[in-house]
Amino acid sequence: MGFFDKLKRGLKKTNEETFGKIKKILSFGKLDEDTLEEIEEILIMGDVGVECSERIIESLQERKKEFDSPEQALQAIMVEMLDGERELNYPSEGPFVISVVGVNGAGKTTTIGKIAKILKNNGKEVVLAAADTFRAAAIDQLRVWAQERAEVTLISHQHGADAGAVAFDAVQHAKSKNKDCVIIDTAGRLHTKTNLMNELAKVHKVVKKVIPEAPHEILLVIDATTGQNGLMQAEKFAEAVGVTGIVITKLDGTAKGGIALSIKERFGIPIKFIGVGEGIDDLKPFDPNDFVNALLQETEDE
Amino acid sequence: MFENLQEKLSKAFKSLKGQGKISEKNIKEAIRMVKMSLLEADVNYKIVKGFIAKVKEKAMGEEVMKSLTPDQQFIKIVNDELTKLMGEKTEKLKFVHRPSYLMMVGLQGSGKTTTAAKLSRKLKSEGKKILLVAADVYRPAAINQLEVLGEEIGVDVFAGDRKNALKIVEDTQELAVKKNVDCVILDTAGRLHIDEKMMDELESIKKMVNPDEILMVIDAMIGQDALTTAKSFNERLEVTGFVLTKLDGDARGGVALSIREETGKPIKYVGVSEKTDGIEEFHPDRMANRILGMGDVLTLIEKVEQSVDQEKAKEMEKKFKKAQFTFDDFLDQLKQIQKMGSLSSILGMLPGANKIKNLDVDESRLTRISAIIQSMTKKERKNPKIINYSRKKRIASGSGQPLSEVTRLLKNFEDMKKMMKKMNKGSFKGLKGISGGGFPF
Ligand SMILES: Nc1nc2c(ncn2[C@@H]2O[C@H](COP(=O)(O)OP(=O)(O)OP(=O)(O)O)[C@@H](O)[C@H]2O)c(=O)[nH]1
Ligand SMILES: Nc1nc2c(ncn2[C@@H]2O[C@H](COP(=O)(O)OP(=O)(O)OP(=O)(O)O)[C@@H](O)[C@H]2O)c(=O)[nH]1
Ligand SMILES: [Mg+2]
Ligand SMILES: [Mg+2]
Repeated sequence: MGFFDKLKRGLKKTNEETFGKIKKILSFGKLDEDTLEEIEEILIMGDVGVECSERIIESLQERKKEFDSPEQALQAIMVEMLDGERELNYPSEGPFVISVVGVNGAGKTTTIGKIAKILKNNGKEVVLAAADTFRAAAIDQLRVWAQERAEVTLISHQHGADAGAVAFDAVQHAKSKNKDCVIIDTAGRLHTKTNLMNELAKVHKVVKKVIPEAPHEILLVIDATTGQNGLMQAEKFAEAVGVTGIVITKLDGTAKGGIALSIKERFGIPIKFIGVGEGIDDLKPFDPNDFVNALLQETEDE
Repeated sequence: MFENLQEKLSKAFKSLKGQGKISEKNIKEAIRMVKMSLLEADVNYKIVKGFIAKVKEKAMGEEVMKSLTPDQQFIKIVNDELTKLMGEKTEKLKFVHRPSYLMMVGLQGSGKTTTAAKLSRKLKSEGKKILLVAADVYRPAAINQLEVLGEEIGVDVFAGDRKNALKIVEDTQELAVKKNVDCVILDTAGRLHIDEKMMDELESIKKMVNPDEILMVIDAMIGQDALTTAKSFNERLEVTGFVLTKLDGDARGGVALSIREETGKPIKYVGVSEKTDGIEEFHPDRMANRILGMGDVLTLIEKVEQSVDQEKAKEMEKKFKKAQFTFDDFLDQLKQIQKMGSLSSILGMLPGANKIKNLDVDESRLTRISAIIQSMTKKERKNPKIINYSRKKRIASGSGQPLSEVTRLLKNFEDMKKMMKKMNKGSFKGLKGISGGGFPF
């Protein structure tokens, strides 16, 4: 069963099911060494990481008395960790500019197509900027999303053109035509590549020439299958360009995306959306409760 | 996190050396550290447990070397075991049939299309006639992507009706024979292992073409779920090997251990850039080192171990002191460096070096420098002073390097010797002024 099915199941709030094994472990009400180790195992297997898992378990031991049962405590502690501002940072006026960044293949372009549709459904006029001028057919890919799927405007230059120039044109276009939103698709880049990270900062700088406060939202896309490297990604992207929110993609697989919890705990960056499929409607607002429920469930086939 | 580990390590190693035999008690700290390190590298939790138990059992009761602590010795055994597990040698692609079919499979965004192009370019350069097939009809512009890449590397791309993956593959078969190609590389759509319909599609393709290779492409940044996915793909398709992509980043790549332990199948290639030449053979020893992430400790242990080499080092030190260091000695050092892996990773081991930002060393220069030195005569290596203009020209053409490069090396080498003299006089002031920041390259 995929993670998303679990999320959906979580939505039904059939509490019996959702907590699965953890519930069984904790129902004895005792937090002995074995129990704690089993909790740690589930957290680590969910990519939460050793350090963050240890922190969760420490909190659990300290705060269990505040709650009716250890399982409630565990859930509450994790939900608390994930809590944060999840609304998008709309500016009071002028086009709302979102820049979408992340490592290669994380799901940036797809996420942009999905966000465009949501914004459009909310009555917004949306412009997409094809600022990945590097990867083969990246522009074509975004064009399909813009023109055939979300049906929004696309601003693009040639392959190999300056990414900043594309972003500039798109924002300029939106501003002069009074459009509501611009979403910038940037090329995938590994956070270790200083020159590429500098280039990204430059793209944002160019956008500021049109709208000084833009981009209002910088979304870092993290693949749910990502392991501990996600921490480095968040750190380096935040350092280079500032990150205002995380999107976890590919949660329709069996990966649990626990690294996002680690990132939130370490850097305080809130999770705003989750991607649960390749279709245009497969982007959902992030819900800490459902996420924690699904994370704490063990994969059944094991 | 990593700093932390280093600190813990040095503390642990302050304990007594050569404590008889390895026992449950005297390696407790090492076990904890190895476990942490492997988990931080994203090795699957269950694999970590099993692996450590196995190594522990093996190590129990082993005699501890005089100069090592039990902890150190245990870490060495772990590393040896890890290297062995990664595979003894690099495994090549198999070509049984003609045309030979090679299928790329894996999760979304792992790097299949890019790797298909990289492999095509590589095989083409080895003289094979390749046909690339775009069998991903789902992802927007996936076919365009392969077509652009094919154009770039000069390999034909077939996409048939561009609508039905099975039909495209079916039509490929006739074309491949007609075109008389050696190898057909099939790019397939990314998919989840739990997507029954999509997994069925791969199975059907496999049945149709009977591929010599089914390579599962995995992103090196993947976490704990790697095991489940690799297992599912392997059970369903019997993959012949793996390609680990995006190793040009700083992911430790623990997945390599997980998949070896679980499937026993080899990792055949690694991806090291977005460009079509960014593919390398898999080096088991380097990967083991990267996963364990204790390079500095291992180097230390190695040094202690190699008493023969120690004598050599002593000799080197003597020469260094007398500033009698020759090009032969230098070449020796270069070889050591290359044997150990990348230079930047070695610099990372030097205390303090990881704090130097932008320590950019062009590693291809090492190869070039080796070439230049190898083009020198024995006499020239011992006494570089005799290298006049005509000798320089001969060395340049012999090594295929520009004259300026030879001159630069000679100059830097002289500078280095001057620096040695200064250091021996106890003055380090001169260090900064020397070109290359003290490194002769
Ligand atoms: N199953 C699933 N697949 C997804 C999801 N989001 C994206 N993908 C797939 O992941 C692959 C990569 O997505 P892209 O949007 O191209 O990723 P990207 O970050 O733009 O990639 P680059 O621009 O190459 O760095 C595609 O096959 C997408 O269909 C998701 O939520 N679930
Ligand atoms: N840095 C780096 N990037 C890579 C490497 N291999 C692939 N990429 C990048 O990763 C992203 C995804 O690569 P693709 O080849 O499109 O991946 P895919 O598996 O075909 O994706 P889908 O077809 O959507 O499942 C692209 O941005 C590639 O440029 C690598 O070894 N290093
Ligand atoms: Mg993209
Ligand atoms: Mg592809």
